[in-house]
Amino acid sequence: MKIWILHIAVLLALVLAQLVLPPYHANNLSRILVLAVFAMGYNISFGYAGLLSLGHALLFAAGMYGAGMLVHHAGMPALPALIAGGLAGGAMAGLVGLLALRTAGVSFMIVTLMFAQVGFLSILYFNGVTGGDEGIALTGPQRQILGLDMTQDTPRFWVALILFAIALLVKLALVQSRFGRLMLAMRENEERSRMLGLNPFGIKLKILVISGVFSGVAGAAYALLFGYLGGSFASVQYSILPMLYVLLGGAGTVLGPLLGAGLMFYLVDFTSGLTSAYLMVVGAALVVLVLFAPKGILGTLRERWLPWLP
Amino acid sequence: MEGLVKAAVLALTAVGLSLVFGVMRVVNVAHGAFFMLGAVLAWTVAQYVPGDPMFGWFAALLIAPAIVAAIAATADTFVLKRLNYDPEATIVATIGLLYILEQAALSLFGPDAKPVPAPFNIRLQLPWFGYSGYKIFVVFAAVAVLLAVWWFMTRTRAGLVMRATQVDRQTARAFGINVDRVYAGVFALGAGLAAIAAVLLVPISQAHYLMGGDPLLLSFIVVIIGGLGSLRGTLVAALIIGLSDGVISMFWSPTLAKIIATAAVAMVLVFRPQGLFGARA
Repeated sequence: MKIWILHIAVLLALVLAQLVLPPYHANNLSRILVLAVFAMGYNISFGYAGLLSLGHALLFAAGMYGAGMLVHHAGMPALPALIAGGLAGGAMAGLVGLLALRTAGVSFMIVTLMFAQVGFLSILYFNGVTGGDEGIALTGPQRQILGLDMTQDTPRFWVALILFAIALLVKLALVQSRFGRLMLAMRENEERSRMLGLNPFGIKLKILVISGVFSGVAGAAYALLFGYLGGSFASVQYSILPMLYVLLGGAGTVLGPLLGAGLMFYLVDFTSGLTSAYLMVVGAALVVLVLFAPKGILGTLRERWLPWLP
Repeated sequence: MEGLVKAAVLALTAVGLSLVFGVMRVVNVAHGAFFMLGAVLAWTVAQYVPGDPMFGWFAALLIAPAIVAAIAATADTFVLKRLNYDPEATIVATIGLLYILEQAALSLFGPDAKPVPAPFNIRLQLPWFGYSGYKIFVVFAAVAVLLAVWWFMTRTRAGLVMRATQVDRQTARAFGINVDRVYAGVFALGAGLAAIAAVLLVPISQAHYLMGGDPLLLSFIVVIIGGLGSLRGTLVAALIIGLSDGVISMFWSPTLAKIIATAAVAMVLVFRPQGLFGARA
């Protein structure tokens, strides 16, 4: 019970934040919420099931282009395109998973990295359709979700928050279900679960597909809410960022990705005011995290004081 | 000829990566950054050495790999060792290292590509066409360094210690080998090899803070096709990839060449994880 109360309270706090914060920060918050959905998708595969992928940018880009191409080339309305983006992310994850899940550990990381690189290069190569490096800007009429205008800050925030809320509650229900415990079983001891008669390959594939749907929706939402899709979103950096958010916030915690995305976003925002060395911050954060706090903020909290935190 | 130069430089870089993976079981994502660092330092050293470009370049060949190796050894002692060489944590850490090094190069060195003059400019004139003497020198130098590495690994005591650590870390430690020092040494050696490759290449291409990306991807490809941790396979694969990359890029676009190579490698890892030349573990 207190688990649900906590998460509803977080959502209410976000609503309050929109009303109180000045427009600049409220706008940042919509960005953080969309990135947090992406990070939650990453957390499902990495945090709960232990599948360290270095290729989630591919799934993010699949959603982004799945939605963006339909809107831009076929003139599809934004809401069905958003759903299509999620499906594209899931389908891509299934495809990658079928191949990549034959490997494990270090090979899995390299294979996912390579697939993402193939995707990134393909986007650049077919630049006639995808816009390549320059990308495609979506225009105002293409960015109407149920009559809400995504070029305006306030409706954009509400859509981002609703998406985030759905994702958060779905994820919470997921990790508390029987399937959630199966995910942990994959992380903790795959061999033993095989011995108990489970099919690890099938379960991991399902996990990856769910993770892909989250990432795809996030990618599609990013394109529609902020009106731009480009090849850089498929680059390695967008595979590293969700990992960073999840590691910072706490791998295997429901709220960790939001916390990590928010903190990291403002850390970069703050330091880019001081220096241009923004990559340095990302790099240093990664090294410090794996050295001193491999469990992240919420992971450490859970270990010390709040064992019930999901 | 272009392909041969590429293959030679690639082989040096990839052997460094393969060595680190073979002995330490660490996937070093920062390897490309070490390559870049070698090139950037070569430019810096060449700036400060007056007179003939030859002196500057040879000074760079000595100093740049030494500095890079020292940085690598430091990173190993302060970061990787404390992670107990856990494969997943070290990948995350080396990604962090990559970002730090790239940003450091960008801040200190600037965003522009900088040329380094070649130590000599002899053209080898054959009756029908000419060759740049420096490119031939690069190939021979790379072969010489590779032979030296091979000699070091198979014929010296330090090489024996490294191979022993590769086969069985626990037993090596039981026999009184300081495994930590071996690891730091191997990591430094691997990074140093990448830096040597970069110094050799830099008069032909240019020093740039993002130049580490391509060699990293290619050496990954080489190491995987050759079989993770197998030095002989790495060399053969470097030749194949270096030569074929030139040929494919000539007939089709370089982007397509990279797409094909990357996809092929992913498939090799999926269906033949021991590599094309590696023995089944």
